[in-house]
Amino acid sequence: MASAKPRVKVPKSAASGEIIEIKSLISHKMESGQRKDKKTGELIPRKIINKFIVTFNGKEFFSADWAPAIAANPYMSFHMRATESGTMEFTWVDDDGSKYTAKKDLKVG
Amino acid sequence: MSSKETPREISRRHVIVLVGAAAAAAGMLPRVSLADKAATEAAIKAAGGDGAGSGGITLDLPQIAENGNTVPVGVEVDSPMTAGNYVKTVHLFAEGNPNPEVCSIHFTPANGVAKASTRIRLAKTQNIVALAEMSDGSFKQETVEVKVTIGGCGG
Repeated sequence: MASAKPRVKVPKSAASGEIIEIKSLISHKMESGQRKDKKTGELIPRKIINKFIVTFNGKEFFSADWAPAIAANPYMSFHMRATESGTMEFTWVDDDGSKYTAKKDLKVG
Repeated sequence: MSSKETPREISRRHVIVLVGAAAAAAGMLPRVSLADKAATEAAIKAAGGDGAGSGGITLDLPQIAENGNTVPVGVEVDSPMTAGNYVKTVHLFAEGNPNPEVCSIHFTPANGVAKASTRIRLAKTQNIVALAEMSDGSFKQETVEVKVTIGGCGG
């Protein structure tokens, strides 16, 4: 498929101890496996992003398992307590094994 | 004349909505048997949350969702989110979808707050259940009903 395009929103800087909000979005059909092809009547095979993982400076601090009930172009927002500067890395794992990634730097202090 | 066109526009829109709803319903029903309360309870049991307590969970969903293909949902669990006392996982279940599982959100103390939001598909009017697993192994649960105008059955 066309490559899934991730978009993430992380504040550029934060005060130490501040709780920041992080927003993520990725373009993906999230084919549920329950729709039928209108022409052939056959079920369209499931193809979704089933896992979303976020690390900060290499350490995983947030993740989610997604079922087909997650809407197309999956969005997720969550929070992090800012304690040190570093890099946040986002990984989305597709049913077919593909991984889509994004990175953002955060400056603390 | 615009005074004559206005009612015609409205009735045309109504027809489109009705046809759309009928098509969605007709196309949906024969395909899959929808999950019910029992399947959701089984899923909650499988997650270990049988007999979960209540309170401390804010489950934010619209009362009425016009489009079941994308329904915003926010969940927040009261917790200090310290190393010794935090929310490990929040599971979301939809009682009226083909499968009750929606997502499992895994938190750590580094999140600061156990709060997340996403967008989900709802096949019809139904209850949404949030089940929170705490770091001490206890569970809490919250249920909210959402009325769905046009079901989002598999997109």
